[in-house]
Amino acid sequence: MTKKVAVLGEIRDGSLRNVSFEGLAAARTIAEGGEILAVLVGASLGTLAQDMIHYGADRVVTVEDEKLAQYTPDGFSQAFLSVVEQEKPEAIVFGHTALGKDLAPKIASRLGCGLISDAVDVEIAGGNVVFTRPIYSGKAFEKKIVSDGIVFATIRPNNIAPLEKETSRAGEVTALSAEIKDLRTIVREVAKKATQGVDLSEAKIIVAGGRGVKSADGFSPLQELADVLGGAVGASRGACDAEYCDYSLQIGQTGKVVTPDLYIACGISGAIQHLAGMSNSKVIVAINKDPEANIFKVADYGIVGDLFEVVPMLAEEFKNLLIKA
Amino acid sequence: MNIFVLLKRTFDTEEKITIANGAINEDGAEFIINPYDEYAVEEAIQLRESHGGEVTVVSVGGEDGEKQLRTALAMGADKAVLINTEDDIEYGDQHTTSKILAEYLKDKEADIILAGNVAIDCGSGQVGPRVADLLDIPYVTTITKLEIEGDKVSVVRDVEGDSEVIETSLPLLITAQQGLNEPRYPSLPGIMKAKKKPLEELELDDLDLDEDEVEAKTKVIEIFLPPTKEAGRVLEGEISEKVKELVSLLHKEAKVI
Ligand SMILES: Cc1cc2nc3c(=O)[nH]c(=O)nc-3n(C[C@H](O)[C@H](O)[C@H](O)COP(=O)(O)OP(=O)(O)OC[C@H]3O[C@@H](n4cnc5c(N)ncnc54)[C@H](O)[C@@H]3O)c2cc1C
Ligand SMILES: Cc1cc2nc3c(=O)[nH]c(=O)nc-3n(C[C@H](O)[C@H](O)[C@H](O)COP(=O)(O)OP(=O)(O)OC[C@H]3O[C@@H](n4cnc5c(N)ncnc54)[C@H](O)[C@@H]3O)c2cc1C
Repeated sequence: MTKKVAVLGEIRDGSLRNVSFEGLAAARTIAEGGEILAVLVGASLGTLAQDMIHYGADRVVTVEDEKLAQYTPDGFSQAFLSVVEQEKPEAIVFGHTALGKDLAPKIASRLGCGLISDAVDVEIAGGNVVFTRPIYSGKAFEKKIVSDGIVFATIRPNNIAPLEKETSRAGEVTALSAEIKDLRTIVREVAKKATQGVDLSEAKIIVAGGRGVKSADGFSPLQELADVLGGAVGASRGACDAEYCDYSLQIGQTGKVVTPDLYIACGISGAIQHLAGMSNSKVIVAINKDPEANIFKVADYGIVGDLFEVVPMLAEEFKNLLIKA
Repeated sequence: MNIFVLLKRTFDTEEKITIANGAINEDGAEFIINPYDEYAVEEAIQLRESHGGEVTVVSVGGEDGEKQLRTALAMGADKAVLINTEDDIEYGDQHTTSKILAEYLKDKEADIILAGNVAIDCGSGQVGPRVADLLDIPYVTTITKLEIEGDKVSVVRDVEGDSEVIETSLPLLITAQQGLNEPRYPSLPGIMKAKKKPLEELELDDLDLDEDEVEAKTKVIEIFLPPTKEAGRVLEGEISEKVKELVSLLHKEAKVI
């Protein structure tokens, strides 16, 4: 059955996060030919609406207001719900990001509907929109449907491939003015951590370090390897707690959940809380000096050895390969 | 201060997971307090220690949840409430649980409600914000710091590694992130005392809720284990050979480089 699907575009530092485009791809499946409506909420949206159209939106509704400069559940829910009221979508897709996780349950509650969180896949089967999601820290999966009412899901970044960007696509962009008022939480201060470069949750290649890295300096060979591969550096909780790196690099249940094409774990033991954040990676490499380390159980390829010896050699070897290519 | 904690009994995901008759096999499995709810319990006790008042821990589920509630009492909570749904509802989802919790909480005049940010088994992270919405109070999720003065509240929220300082007011619902505190272990005297602390058991009828109102909005149609990965290949030989082989495998076999 065709459905009108609303996709919330998520903005960070002035650009759309990839998960917004992945949401449009999910919407293409869910819509079965129905209209795909992108929704943008913020203080100054510039030309972002065009990006949503290029990635598959048929139409965009924007809500712009000074009070939406920072995400707050009250502000963003008022904005999004006014779009829902006007447009009456039959399905809604958000990213399963800090923002999506915080906002989607409130909207679902307001609309009195079900919500399927953290989907890694969507398909149409037996006339239903079926979502697949990890459960039990990624040790099992479930397929879930919405029994009736609005089909609402949040999708895990980096799992559903975005559509090809088509700059020739055109679509209508309309502004909706919503009354944003009575914000009960106010963001006073945002401490951005010094994560330069690639967003971990969107990275295709991640080189991650654990307590085995032994010091902040110990991360430099990992950074060099990541640079050679055009990837990002991540870390285990162990490394963050030991102050070898910032918590913004943390991967796992309490940190970022990542699904890169290649995950290279260096000096990480492979605790379940870490695996919960990366076991869906397409290819996993483990470098650990303990042959019994749990990380080898999820690794596709493993090297038992000292990371300080292995990682620089790997960087060198990849450099040679990439020069040839 | 009137403090409530939402506590879920969860399967310990450190355990091996198997499937029997289309469901996760719970036979002989270890059950624990959801780890993020332990942070919530600890924070609640600390709030009471500095502001006075009472900590009530609430859980929705079956009879077995009593054990985890007793543990929370042994940590230092004052009262526990088990909303036992065993006889009334066979299948529930996040809407079900939130609706039941909100119905229980609506006339309790809670100053603050503390939940975990996510349950490690079903892992949706929905229940906190849903309950807050149903009670029409503000919420802040994944917090790592909480300061209360009068009815003014300052919270540090973890946002994918960045932190936001948020100002809000009571009544409030927060969800706990790792880093908020170090949960205490129940002491021996704590465990003895817990046996005498009140643990109330309620059913849907006691809450004036019909089964219809809490009917799940979503349905699980299949549960499966990920395809068993072939045992990873641990490379052999001198370090330099292993490194060369790995690069070649990633390039030619896995094709990720
Ligand atoms: C509620 C909760 C949430 C959590 N959330 C997270 C989370 O989100 N992310 C997370 O990562 N953890 C999380 N944890 C912590 C988790 O349980 C582990 O403690 C943590 O992942 C361990 O980090 P590690 O692997 O770096 O350290 P360790 O377990 O100490 O492992 C270090 C490894 O390095 C290896 N090593 C040492 N030296 C070398 C060398 N020279 N060369 C090669 N290998 C070497 C060792 O053999 C060992 O395997 C959480 C825990 C709890 C209770
Ligand atoms: C009557 C009933 C029947 C159910 N039947 C099934 C079933 O057949 N299959 C199935 O897979 N699941 C079943 N569930 C569980 C349900 O699907 C969810 O697990 C539950 O609603 C919580 O969602 P979550 O695990 O995603 O928690 P999250 O939303 O991730 O939890 C976040 C936080 O909310 C609080 N919280 C969550 N659950 C509870 C709770 N029960 N009591 C108190 N606080 C809580 C905790 O503080 C927790 O840290 C049933 C639930 C109920 C109430």
